[in-house]
Amino acid sequence: MIDDTQRAAQIVQAPARKKRGVAIQREIVVLVAMIVFNLLFTPHFVSLQTFNVNLTQVVTIVIVGIGMTLVVATGGIDLSVGASMAIAGAVAPMLFMNIAGPPGIALAFTLPIVAAALCGVFNGLLVTRLRVQPIVATLVLFIAGRGIAQVVTDGSLQAFSNPAFQWIALGKVAGVPFQILLMLALVAVFTWIVRKTLFGKYLLVTGGNEDAAYLSGIPTVRVKMIAYTVCAALAGLAGLISISVNSSSDANVIGLGVELDAIAAVAVGGTALTGGKAYITGTLIGALIIQLLRYTLLAHGIPDAAALVLKAAIIIVAVYVQRKRG
Amino acid sequence: MAQAPLLDMQDIDISFGGVAALKRARLTVTAGEVHALIGQNGAGKSTLIKILTGAYRKSAGTIRFDGREADFRTPKEAREAGISTIYQEINLVPFRSVAENIFLGREPRRFGLIDWKTVQRRADELLESFGLKIDVKKPVREYSTAIQQMVALARAVSSDAKMVIMDESTSSLDEREVELLFSVVRRLRDDGRAVIFVSHRLDELYALCDRVTVMRDGQTVAESAMQDMDKLRLVTTMLGRTLAAVVHEDSAVKEANLAKRGGLALSAQGLSAGAKVADVSLDVHAGEAVGLAGLLGSGRTETMRLLFGADRPEKGTLSMNGETVAWKSPKDAIAHGVAYLTEDRKAEGIVPELSVRDNLTLVCLPALTKRGIVDVARQKEIVDGFIESLGIKLRSADQPIRELSGGNQQKVLLARWLATHPRLLLLDEPTRGIDVGAKADVAKIVRELRDSGLAVLLSASELEELTAVADRAVVIRDGQTVAQLDGAQMNEASIMDAIAHGAGERSTLAEAVEEAKHDR
Repeated sequence: MIDDTQRAAQIVQAPARKKRGVAIQREIVVLVAMIVFNLLFTPHFVSLQTFNVNLTQVVTIVIVGIGMTLVVATGGIDLSVGASMAIAGAVAPMLFMNIAGPPGIALAFTLPIVAAALCGVFNGLLVTRLRVQPIVATLVLFIAGRGIAQVVTDGSLQAFSNPAFQWIALGKVAGVPFQILLMLALVAVFTWIVRKTLFGKYLLVTGGNEDAAYLSGIPTVRVKMIAYTVCAALAGLAGLISISVNSSSDANVIGLGVELDAIAAVAVGGTALTGGKAYITGTLIGALIIQLLRYTLLAHGIPDAAALVLKAAIIIVAVYVQRKRG
Repeated sequence: MAQAPLLDMQDIDISFGGVAALKRARLTVTAGEVHALIGQNGAGKSTLIKILTGAYRKSAGTIRFDGREADFRTPKEAREAGISTIYQEINLVPFRSVAENIFLGREPRRFGLIDWKTVQRRADELLESFGLKIDVKKPVREYSTAIQQMVALARAVSSDAKMVIMDESTSSLDEREVELLFSVVRRLRDDGRAVIFVSHRLDELYALCDRVTVMRDGQTVAESAMQDMDKLRLVTTMLGRTLAAVVHEDSAVKEANLAKRGGLALSAQGLSAGAKVADVSLDVHAGEAVGLAGLLGSGRTETMRLLFGADRPEKGTLSMNGETVAWKSPKDAIAHGVAYLTEDRKAEGIVPELSVRDNLTLVCLPALTKRGIVDVARQKEIVDGFIESLGIKLRSADQPIRELSGGNQQKVLLARWLATHPRLLLLDEPTRGIDVGAKADVAKIVRELRDSGLAVLLSASELEELTAVADRAVVIRDGQTVAQLDGAQMNEASIMDAIAHGAGERSTLAEAVEEAKHDR
């Protein structure tokens, strides 16, 4: 009897198991295929320069994508990450250009991120206390946030050269750009948080079944607040990297469109947009796939505008594959 | 056979991932009969139905429907051929009106536009013929599950379906509603349509069905007229083993249990909240199992939610171990040792994508966490312990809980609460939608917990299940406590009397019971 029931259970489970095994690796297969394609058909692909160019262009997307993964895991979405980047990026130069020496640098790294985090708190309050749908709640700062950044800077471009501050983007450790190491470290830390900590479990439960989470005594409001706040703070950090790379800060441009890149990376990386899942490494791979696609098209003379269309196509395919999986 | 069957499925095979789920399964249904399809969870009845309705493709076998070879590729094709399915989870459009739902996709038109007047009038007429008078302009979601079932059935009836498949349609209905539903089903049958009826409630099968097909392990193991198969044979065929008769504790045992019980664990006095709970008072002692009885919609679930802090009472007092308490959220109740197994396993219980391990330890997780990091070794230890002690059947504790059968999911959820070492266990319909074997297991576990000194409050729509486990019953009607029945005074008849008392419903209910007995 027990054998029968178990066998019956296995009958039901067998296909699901198989499918999932493939699913985890699918993104890696795509990435490897793209690398192989480039090795064969793209001249000068194997060089440290290509490696660094591709990775540095993906850093801000991945860092924002990590936060986006957390928010998406709760069943939400954050459209305001680009605006949070802009606010952080607008505030930082005002600090290190007006306050001399190490205190200026220190403040330029902390205050902008705190300002961005406050945007996240605002988003979180709208979502949890006022129960506004996340896509609408974060639309508020998506529109207003960049405006705030422009008001702060009078809409003017701030050009600067400050090696100490810009080290976050331009510095190298043993030949590897520091920003890449920072990105990898963040991926590692957040992968660990999702997998091993109480917060990580609560994150997946909140997105996976909010009613069940509430009835299990899980502080769903706090979990969401943390997710939105961390997401915005990471966007702030990405904003600092972005202005450092460009040696200038223009509130109109910083993080423009990054929310779409980040959501695309999350979706391609296998995190369900319906919540309850969080694949941080998937987001990294998703961002790499998108970046490598853009690079491949550029290297073969196809303009960036056309690449945008392909990016959209990839998101559709990724979401479609997810639906099939679910 | 005098008449060619309406549906004839022969030698149906299907396998998933190389493992056979159906092996030469058969199902033959004639027009004008109500046909019971039964089997334990995982026996293959849902798979068979999904093949019939085009959700799965068979790998071998033949299907003839209405005189023609049939191999539906999509549920739509099956629907167009005249097969209408009413699932356990009702597939209506919650925000659209009752009338719209009934005629969805085939609205009567006038001058190219939808003729709303006709839609509403015909919906009204249809439901009235079911004995249901409701406002058909209101969204479906505002009505109870029972009424939603009726709407789904009305949709099937109006679409001229030749065959209606009802999958666990009665699992959330109370007796009166079931009787109403049955009268509609009988009318369908008398119209010459065929009904396939899937249910775990044996009494209903005997009350309603003409013939029965029993499945076990992906095979059809018996086909017979309902009256030729007595209850015992039905159960033994279904389980493939001789079932020791369900142990009913007689009143002497109940009295003895009550004598052994400990101090007062939970006491609620005059609780009220919203429209559903008007005046509920009840006590639960350590070491006793109290049944919360009442019809669907009488406020059982709402009462449980108040006791657990999921909702807040407007009036009344709550005390736990003699200390007055006012929960602000479930968290407070959990901290005081209260556990609450919800009625709706899917919506409020399981986190489907999460592993069995994480689901099971969901509530006790903070206790397994040091400085924010989960102690995986201890988590594993606890999970393995419960899998063994509750007999949870699974492939691995790492598999997502959605892959488990209903009964095993329920055991995982029960374990989720037992892992918190609760003092009071609130069980809302703990046996809903799980198979006979798992029901017996759950009843046994509850008795053991009671004997170990836990205070248990449980509700069940089926009085038989309630009386089998509880030592005492609190009966509520329209959100009010109307009776407390102890030990010797508690039985199905006395509970039913209490439910019906003063509401002028006694005769209808008594009739329904008599009729059910008679049909049996």
